[in-house]
Amino acid sequence: MTHQIIIAGFGGQGIMLMGQLLAYAGMLEGKNVSWLPSYGPEMRGGTANCNVIISDEPVASPIVTEATAVMVMNRPSLDRFEGAVMRGGLLLVNSSLIDKKASRDDIEVCYIPANEIADQLGNSRVANMVMLGSYIAKTGAVSPAFVIESLRKALGPSKEHFITLNEEALKRGAECVKECVRR
Amino acid sequence: MTKVFTRPKSLTDKPFHYCPGCTHGIVHRLVAEAIDELGIREKTIGVAPVGCAVFAYEYFNCDMQEAAHGRAPAVATGIKRVLPDRVVFTYQGDGDLAAIGTAEIVHAATRGENITVIFINNAIYGMTGGQMAPTTLIGQVTATTPYGRDPGKAGYPIRMSEMLATLEGSAYIERVSVHDIKHINQAKRAIKKAFETQLAGKGFSMVEVLSTCPTNWGMTPVEALKWLEQNMIPCYPLGVKKEGK
Amino acid sequence: MSKVLMKGNEAIAEAAIQAGCRYFFGYPITPQNEIPAYMAKRLPEVGGCFIQAESEVSAINMVYGAAGAGARVMTSSSSPGISLKQEGLSYIAGAELPCVVVNMVRGGPGLGGIQPAQSDYFQATKGGGHGDYHLVVLAPSTIQEAVDLVMEGFDIADQYRNPVMILGDGMLGQMMEPVEFRPLSSKRELPLKTWATTGYTGDRPRNIINSLFIDPQALEEHVKRIYQKYEEIKKNEVKVECYNCEDAEIIVAAYGTTARIVKSVIQKAKREGINVGLIRPITLWPFPTSTFEEWAQREHVKAFMSVEMSMGQMVEDVRLSVNGRKPVYFYGRTGGMVPEPNAILSEIKKVIGGVSR
Repeated sequence: MTHQIIIAGFGGQGIMLMGQLLAYAGMLEGKNVSWLPSYGPEMRGGTANCNVIISDEPVASPIVTEATAVMVMNRPSLDRFEGAVMRGGLLLVNSSLIDKKASRDDIEVCYIPANEIADQLGNSRVANMVMLGSYIAKTGAVSPAFVIESLRKALGPSKEHFITLNEEALKRGAECVKECVRR
Repeated sequence: MTKVFTRPKSLTDKPFHYCPGCTHGIVHRLVAEAIDELGIREKTIGVAPVGCAVFAYEYFNCDMQEAAHGRAPAVATGIKRVLPDRVVFTYQGDGDLAAIGTAEIVHAATRGENITVIFINNAIYGMTGGQMAPTTLIGQVTATTPYGRDPGKAGYPIRMSEMLATLEGSAYIERVSVHDIKHINQAKRAIKKAFETQLAGKGFSMVEVLSTCPTNWGMTPVEALKWLEQNMIPCYPLGVKKEGK
Repeated sequence: MSKVLMKGNEAIAEAAIQAGCRYFFGYPITPQNEIPAYMAKRLPEVGGCFIQAESEVSAINMVYGAAGAGARVMTSSSSPGISLKQEGLSYIAGAELPCVVVNMVRGGPGLGGIQPAQSDYFQATKGGGHGDYHLVVLAPSTIQEAVDLVMEGFDIADQYRNPVMILGDGMLGQMMEPVEFRPLSSKRELPLKTWATTGYTGDRPRNIINSLFIDPQALEEHVKRIYQKYEEIKKNEVKVECYNCEDAEIIVAAYGTTARIVKSVIQKAKREGINVGLIRPITLWPFPTSTFEEWAQREHVKAFMSVEMSMGQMVEDVRLSVNGRKPVYFYGRTGGMVPEPNAILSEIKKVIGGVSR
């Protein structure tokens, strides 16, 4: 099984971290993984995206051209990456910031109000973790426990108090995806 | 019979290739004497430039590295950072230090790199055949300023010692001359002091030595010494430009 | 040791430290900035020294001085900065000093762009600066391989007293993969650095680090001796991966990250019933010439195709190696554009259609 993932949004939404957590969790599970960011001026406040591959096989190209799943956190990302989802693949849309519906009917689309849920949790910055929770629940690509372990490594011991919040965000993301049905 | 004059240990017995009347030979000797007197030959590593002194590695009787044109301060930095307890010096001319190697010398000085720089300023490129140097005087005729250096076209002489003295990283900078015995003795004292500055770990030290190039100036050695005194010293005042505690 | 997820640039820096590199001189340029930043943080922890130089020119000359003083030393940059280092690299090769230089290639010419490219192949493999010389050029395609090659690169540099270049690209530098820092599988007998300028105490001849030989006969002898060394390197150090070449109708030549994309293409082609092989040079210099010669003689191989992120540079070495035995084609993207698997596959199909007709 190979998960080929694109995550996109604007700078500051924690796009890169989402990808790194997925890759790290995949590695902890013993999978082959790669994480490839977009880099350059667009990192400074513009759009950001990264490609993640989690696979039982060694990763050949780290570039995702036919994604098994795409997560878009803002409107320009939907416009840019909807076409990259492979037929039958998964598209997760942050409906809090994207008022548009996806146009394809050969893929599965879930609308996640990631920012609204994050706000309910008291911290809008965990919108990325809500989205990640939805993705993991939907695909089973990695286990949530490994994502949390990866987050511990990424945040360091000084930020331990954020862990509970992030766990909650993953859980809420997973819950809201239950209602998501194939179009 | 008592020997009253001999070759410094820090010079090899290889005869200098310098032109008759050139003052490089004097300065080589002064550097070698200073190294001998401080007893540091075994732990000294020299860096030779590109210019007339390109063969300096054949003359100084210590371990040597030959640098690319202008890069001696960077090479010396590399050596000194690896071997901080050794004494590292560069020997550079005015084209090497004040033109192509300006960035290297400025930044070695501003880092307070604990090295010693011997800077030979003879206001001309010798090795390549008498072209204008950054230190060529206004009106001075060279192969590339055949009508005399015109500041409107070729800019002004650059005073490296004064410039580097403004940098906080420099510890000791002095300009000396070798046009007569009195000044040669002063030059010797300054060169020794520069090495002492390094030995004390005080940081960047440089001695600028006003020198002659009779061949490319088109003068006899004696005329050249006089020309240095009368023309170069007014433009490049002698003395200590920087001295830390 | 367990695996860690690391960015290519940081993994390369850590590999250098693991290999005993204690000196790093660099200058900022995208996309390799994580290397100097990592070194600036790590080197003081291990008793080493980092300097942000005033230019790439100064940085490579600091490398010269430190290498001449006997240290393991590294610098890194990206294409425009590597151009500035060419003067120093020529001197380092001429003075026979060991060091490792990393080039995280970006698109050119000129200021170019910052996205991944392979358009510095000529510069890296043909000398790059003035005079007769070669760098040993290692081209990793994964971060693990980059780590292993950096560590071995220091040994190769020391064994032959020759600069070694790690030729990556922006993609390899920026991406993350799991890596393991493991001891080298090959143990080399490394010569003592008796030539280093550490102070002339009289127990050995005076040491001079130098590339100046004013007498042409002496210079010719010096260069010829260096070239004898290169023959040894050619004999001992060629590294190449052959992937799916048995029964391949067409063999693609690709290195670095492009080779990874080609591997994806090969899997895709297989599903469509097309047999594509890959020869991936890991050492770009010395080039795996005999590998190409051997496969070019196989009946089942109809053609070769070089796929690069350039307008066609390695393809020249592929042609020289195949030496007319089979047709050699080229497909490339440049300027930071990365070849897409579908585009490569359709080029392959075109070639197969042409040669089997």
